Amino acid sequence: MEFLTSIFAAFYQFGDAFAFLVLSACGLAIIFGMMGVINLAHGEFIMCGAYVTVMATRAGIPLPLSILLGSLVAGIIGIALERLVIRHLYGRPLDTIVATWGVSLIATQGTLIVLGSTMQGVGTPLGSFVVGNLSFSTYRIVLIFAALAVLGGLYLLFNKTRFGILARATIQVPHMAEGLGVNTRHVYALTFGLGAALAGLTGGLYAPTMTMVPTMGATFIVEAFVTVVVGGADVFLGTAPAAVVLAVVKAGMTSWQGQLFGQIALLIAVVIVIRLLPRGISGFILKERA
Amino acid sequence: MTLSDVQPRRRSRLAAAFSRLEGPQTMGRGPGFWAGFLIVVALASAYPLFSDGYTVGNTVYFFTWTFMAMGLSLIWGYGGALSFGQTAFFGLAGYTYGVLTINIGAEYGFTLVALLLAMLVAGALAALIGYFLFFGRITGVFLGIVTLSITLVFERFMAQTAGPQWAIGSARLNGYNGMSGMPPLTIPWPSGDIVLYPDVTLYYVVLGLVVLVYLGLRMLVNSRFGNVLVAIRENPERAEMLGYDIRKYQLGAFVIGAMLAGLSGVLYTAWGQYITPSSMSITAAALPIVWVAVGGRSDLTATLVGTLVVLGGFQALTIYGSQYALIVMGALLVVTVLVAPEGIIAAIAKLPARLRARSQKGEAV
Repeated sequence: MEFLTSIFAAFYQFGDAFAFLVLSACGLAIIFGMMGVINLAHGEFIMCGAYVTVMATRAGIPLPLSILLGSLVAGIIGIALERLVIRHLYGRPLDTIVATWGVSLIATQGTLIVLGSTMQGVGTPLGSFVVGNLSFSTYRIVLIFAALAVLGGLYLLFNKTRFGILARATIQVPHMAEGLGVNTRHVYALTFGLGAALAGLTGGLYAPTMTMVPTMGATFIVEAFVTVVVGGADVFLGTAPAAVVLAVVKAGMTSWQGQLFGQIALLIAVVIVIRLLPRGISGFILKERA
Repeated sequence: MTLSDVQPRRRSRLAAAFSRLEGPQTMGRGPGFWAGFLIVVALASAYPLFSDGYTVGNTVYFFTWTFMAMGLSLIWGYGGALSFGQTAFFGLAGYTYGVLTINIGAEYGFTLVALLLAMLVAGALAALIGYFLFFGRITGVFLGIVTLSITLVFERFMAQTAGPQWAIGSARLNGYNGMSGMPPLTIPWPSGDIVLYPDVTLYYVVLGLVVLVYLGLRMLVNSRFGNVLVAIRENPERAEMLGYDIRKYQLGAFVIGAMLAGLSGVLYTAWGQYITPSSMSITAAALPIVWVAVGGRSDLTATLVGTLVVLGGFQALTIYGSQYALIVMGALLVVTVLVAPEGIIAAIAKLPARLRARSQKGEAV
């Protein structure tokens, strides 16, 4: 029995790390994969989603609805940001990364001024369950399924809907898509909004488990960056497998040496992976060697 | 064709090096520019005469950052490789200086040895990271986010070193509260050591270093190395086809930039006798980007002027609260990227030439 318990515990930790990596990275990965743009304000969209979720919950809205609301607000802000700043910087990826860093500074410090240095959070719902002699949080299991649901939802969105077809056409040959009458600017704006909304969703999902501080976005970005770098430009062929590999590394090191060494191991893994597979896992799968 | 192109061999090496003080990669040439340069240096040298030691000591604080900014200008502006990891090297060198001097002390000029060792440690880490990044052909945005990730994890590592078990020799790392109590830079002197507290003497030493590094980098970017670096920035494939191993040049620039960031870190640590992990936080890491982008990353003079102007403005705004100042910094960064991508100082410096060109065009029509 004790053996089974430790196996379950290992799977639980792996799933927890996997969910964290997938959810942290998917918004960033969508924007990077579709537009070649790294959004350094990604962490701030996560923070925005978390804050909206907590405020809505404390105003009496049920948690699942609050999370969706947080995601929606982040998505709308994302579309606005695309209109105001990102749109003018297409074809200048380095400038975009710098500009979004400026946005990130404004968002973090603005939140600090308006809402103060901490905010009362909401407790983790659903309690816990016991396997063998160990207790596990039920909400973490929900997060694992949420990560899988996000991946599934994105697959359906990009493969079964009109938006998905237009988006994939735009990413493959932008000029051809434009020539065929696709409003590519519109597609870019919606894609950026989608990425921001996914970041907001992540924030909302993790809000009950975290301390609400304006810099909370920074907790996610190292994992998000690492997953996107290892994964490469494709969400399904890159981010998901990268999250599987990195979750093993992270969960293993975290349970052995603690949270920080989990992160250090991730960094070492990413440095080794980029030395071997410069285009990430999706590049390797697609045989796109540099 | 200028004289230097026609008869390079007749002149001594030193003269050749000096001739590189001006060239295609730097703004400012001719007697007018250098007269202005000398006037600025003279004014900066005369400044302590009109001020008190405390204020002068605080002014040194501005100068300590310029090395990191000039190093970033070399990597990003000239080499086209965006490194967000400058503050990691800054912090690493600062901590190295602290650990070395707390353990060994300041006798026999050891602080100066520690300064060099700390810069070498920063350079060695840069060489290691740079090997994996540049030889893995990581460029563009990935280079930025990998270096930023390294910085943030390093910050988190230092922030958790609070317990007594985190000590190197007699130097406690002290977690988020940071390390303090290291001696300031000390120059051995026959009639008693000169201890460089934040005062007039330190001001002159650091001012001298700023001028030295500025002129040295001008020579570097106008040399063959600098020309290749710019060629790589403009078109990496072309530079490679011309037979240059672009990885080695980028790695070289990265290591030099990291060592300059290390110099900033040591001077900052020795200046305040204090270093904390927050000097590597995501906010701290953004500030060098702001200075260099706002000044004009692809020119050393614009970077240096821009850094001092933005730092001065930041300091003036901080009296209203650092969060307001940081919002202004963020807005400045966004506006610069949108309106003057080559940098505001650089745009202003190029304005006369542009106006002249426009009026000539007008006459021609």
